[in-house]
Amino acid sequence: MMRILLVGNPNVGKSALFSRLTGIRVTISNYPGTTVEFTRGHIKLGEEQAELIDVPGSYTLEPSSRAEEVAVEMLKEGDLVINVVDATNLERNLNLTLQLLERRIPVIVALNMWDDTRHRGIDIDLARLEDLLGVPVVPTVGITGQGVSDLVRRLPEAKVPESHRAYANSDERWARVGDIVSQVQTLSHRHHTWTEVLEDASSHRVGGVVIALLVLAATFWFVRLGGEAIIDYVAEPLFEWLWTPLLMRLSVALGPESFWHGALVGKLIEGQIDYFQSFGMLSTGLFIPLAAVAPFIISFYLALGFLEDAGYLPRLAVLMDTLLHRLGLHGYAIIPTILGLGCNVPAVMATRILESRKERFIAATLISIGVPCAVLQAMIIGLVGQYGMVYVAIIYGSLFASWVVIGLLLNRLVKGFTPELLIEIPPYRLPSLRVILEKLWLRLSGVVKHALPIILATVLVVNILYNFGLFDALASIAAPVLTGLWGLPKETVVAIIIGFLRKDAAMGMLAPLALTAKQMVISSTVLAMFFPCVATFVVLARELGVRDVLKAVGVMIVAVLIMGSLQNLIL
Amino acid sequence: MTTQQEGLLTLTEMRTGQAGTVVEILGGHGFVRRLETLGIRPGKKVTKVSSTLFHGPVTLKVDKAQVALGFGMARKILVEVDKYLPRGS
Repeated sequence: MMRILLVGNPNVGKSALFSRLTGIRVTISNYPGTTVEFTRGHIKLGEEQAELIDVPGSYTLEPSSRAEEVAVEMLKEGDLVINVVDATNLERNLNLTLQLLERRIPVIVALNMWDDTRHRGIDIDLARLEDLLGVPVVPTVGITGQGVSDLVRRLPEAKVPESHRAYANSDERWARVGDIVSQVQTLSHRHHTWTEVLEDASSHRVGGVVIALLVLAATFWFVRLGGEAIIDYVAEPLFEWLWTPLLMRLSVALGPESFWHGALVGKLIEGQIDYFQSFGMLSTGLFIPLAAVAPFIISFYLALGFLEDAGYLPRLAVLMDTLLHRLGLHGYAIIPTILGLGCNVPAVMATRILESRKERFIAATLISIGVPCAVLQAMIIGLVGQYGMVYVAIIYGSLFASWVVIGLLLNRLVKGFTPELLIEIPPYRLPSLRVILEKLWLRLSGVVKHALPIILATVLVVNILYNFGLFDALASIAAPVLTGLWGLPKETVVAIIIGFLRKDAAMGMLAPLALTAKQMVISSTVLAMFFPCVATFVVLARELGVRDVLKAVGVMIVAVLIMGSLQNLIL
Repeated sequence: MTTQQEGLLTLTEMRTGQAGTVVEILGGHGFVRRLETLGIRPGKKVTKVSSTLFHGPVTLKVDKAQVALGFGMARKILVEVDKYLPRGS
């Protein structure tokens, strides 16, 4: 099958164009041996099917990052290149175009963001550009799909330019780029558009912080309401109406006292399945990831997709860079960290956008210790809030402090480097709903595919161990720590262990224990910092590898021991 | 409005809103190449868009694009600054 590559700089609207060109059956894969992801789909050319690959965005074919290395590798296996060029940024983009033309591979140029040129006061002579490059140039607007059918129609015209030339060095190539741009592009002055006004405000020292806080608050609000709406109106009703009757039949068939009943269906609470407390693999085990966590992941991915495509995230990275560098992180680490406030699972997965191993380790460890997910936060606010909001504030303060202090320490202790920030700040753009939904689907299916089977297996194993009385043994081992260091009653141990499966259910188990406000603060903080939930743990192991996960767990245990004791001493 | 040269400043020394022409990029070959791919190279007109507190990243505008770079990197970029004299002076 013919293989077509979509190649271009980052932030030129490649993925929007990709989604316009391909139908369904799009997959994300890792390039072999790397964490660099790329998207693959199919495109119909008349009667024939061709494969279309969205190559990771690169500025150059002389690679300076892993993504660019992958791009160069992929180029060797392609039959045709669609070079996506940002029409509002011709000079920089054409540098890559000329490099592509030097390779003997047929090229067609998609001059994307064509609609943006007009209000930015840019006029490009298309015929002249086509002439100078020696390959077809088609203006496109990826977000609306304008020009995409022209692009497909002209694909067969893609060619290696006749006046083929290689440049001796990059200065010579830049000179040629300058020459082309001066021949085809005329600039005129335009007034600021409203997005440009907003752009200026968000890179302002003070305005930037204000906007960041507003954006974060809005995101948080959206994620919480969105997640709760999905749970209340979709996930829970589906489980109640469809799944519960099936499980009840299974329960009768297995007999309530049997071993498999305990493992699969779990305990019946007053003769009924309680998805929060039954703890069977097919009851709680299935309910947790699908009905309790997934809705928050969905609404989080929606919000994230919007912020991503609107061009806000790089600005946030710039704003946070100074603080994050003290913690051994790069400004971009703010993205996984924010994700963690929704759900730690995608957050840990997102740490792969960070370049060095040191950063990935620190970011993932900090997320799993100091960043409470949305469901946990909801429970903390609900339960601890009854004692007074000041106690909620103490929990948040403690978590933030541990996030900062552990980061400062890890930055000194972990070997490796943290690269300096160097990123393009794209203009604000109104995102395409279609691309956001497609991304949501891809990310979600990734989480379900990778995490779900392991969560189910773990619940099963935990259930079996529970039957053998392991938790009672653990409780008596952990009792000195709980009572001595943290001043907590012995019964809280079950809740803290259950927290490994689901943090908010564990919080719920604290409610009937009649804890004092101080004990409530300590147990909630400990619960938040101690082992991440099993789903996070699985992706943590996958992203970091077994050795680093053990280190992270070590950090976690030490941190939680110290924090719990400190709170016990001070409060 | 007239322009006159005010000597060389590093990007970190420039004031927000100031424009100028990149004269030299101090640093290794790899660094120079990386900046080049983002459109920052000697001879280019750049405008400083913003800086952040505590030696944080500097944002600059080159052509129609904005690029943010760490303080350490920004310190290695030498710019010949345009000095705009207010009208009537």
